Amino acid sequence: MLTKEQIAQRISRELQDGFYVNLGIGIPTLVANYVPNGINVEFQSENGVLGMGPFPTKEAVDADLINAGKQTITTLPGASFFDSELSFGMIRGQHIDLTVLGAMEVSQNGDIANWKIPGKMVKGMGGAMDLVASAENIIVAMMHTNRAGQSKLLKQCSLPLTGINCVKTIVTNLGLLTVENGKFLLKETAPEVGIEYIKSVTEGDLAVSPDCKTMLI
Amino acid sequence: MISKKVNSVTEALTGVANGMTLLVGGFGLCGIPENAIAELVRLNVQQLTCVSNNAGVDDFGLGLLLKKHQIKKMVSSYVGENHEFERQMLNNEIEVELIPQGTLAERCRSAKVGIPAFFTPAGVGTEVAQGKEVREFNGKQYLLEYAVKADFALIKAWKGDEAGNIIFKGTARNFNQAMCGAAKVNVVEVEELVPVGTLNPNEIHVPGVFVQRIFQGEKYEKRIEKLTISE
Repeated sequence: MLTKEQIAQRISRELQDGFYVNLGIGIPTLVANYVPNGINVEFQSENGVLGMGPFPTKEAVDADLINAGKQTITTLPGASFFDSELSFGMIRGQHIDLTVLGAMEVSQNGDIANWKIPGKMVKGMGGAMDLVASAENIIVAMMHTNRAGQSKLLKQCSLPLTGINCVKTIVTNLGLLTVENGKFLLKETAPEVGIEYIKSVTEGDLAVSPDCKTMLI
Repeated sequence: MISKKVNSVTEALTGVANGMTLLVGGFGLCGIPENAIAELVRLNVQQLTCVSNNAGVDDFGLGLLLKKHQIKKMVSSYVGENHEFERQMLNNEIEVELIPQGTLAERCRSAKVGIPAFFTPAGVGTEVAQGKEVREFNGKQYLLEYAVKADFALIKAWKGDEAGNIIFKGTARNFNQAMCGAAKVNVVEVEELVPVGTLNPNEIHVPGVFVQRIFQGEKYEKRIEKLTISE
């Protein structure tokens, strides 16, 4: 099984030279730690910065410089600041090449739910609805099952939706799947995780790609 | 030069009354109008509708107003950092309209620039779409969203001049730029109010035409919500 860092590491291999990338809170944020050598990508944070750098040293902390997760950050040479309206203009206008975000549930037709558990937890959708409604290329990073051990890959989402028909790729602690023709397609298994086991913890319809292989980490 | 300068936060918020709708800039605690919020607490105005991306934290930002139950309704995109707010919301003690962040920003910008409504894909097929007109353009569905209507906008900038021209710093710009000019009365507080002619006109983020009142904030705590350090 993959650790959260390894999920991020696997997703980082989907980065391509020249990509502008928006990373959500949680596992997606870790993707920035594993940018492959030799390619240039720029990270956007929807609160208004392109060209995000690493977290600051104690001396460099600036209250006026945070990411969308409200963490203190730095910028890299070539960075720019802008306001929320232009930031979402970038997102809706499809100028951002890749969006990586977390999810509570994903359905086999690519619906995603990640902002609300009725009666229990209401955090709000933040920028997630704008991101999933506009992005061409969306990768979900999440655990395969919830804390109760239930599948998060479902025939239909049970929680309020964030967006419909939008998720293309999912990387979980058990493998890499894509959404194709209304089914999950298993393309890579995590090291030492069997296909039968993945089937047993996937509630949605699951097909196994003929080229399914063990993930390289 | 048309002067927008007022001498105190009290003067700046003259006219704020019970039941009004306020736009409040900031993202998390970054770029919030600290002095104006403190004044709202002091004025003890009630039944406010606050349009702001977040609701502060339990003991700072708009959390200060929430604690005193001065807010009747919040319009936000993310309220996850404020436990008192989440409690009030789950107990139906406060009205809440959660809307996508980009839609919130665009609803402010539209109000500012004279656009009554617009179509956006955010929220199609979700509960955000309930009761909203859906229209298809080029094979894709969009929701009709309306410009906000507000009495006051409370804006925080880094530097400004007496003419109301302002400049933001870093990611403290966030909603402040779109909101500044979106309300009937737009009040800006700055860390540093400089003499006219000092700011480079090429570097102004919001021209003074969008500002009715500007003042230098007495002090700024600039609290950091999630201090994160590189090892």
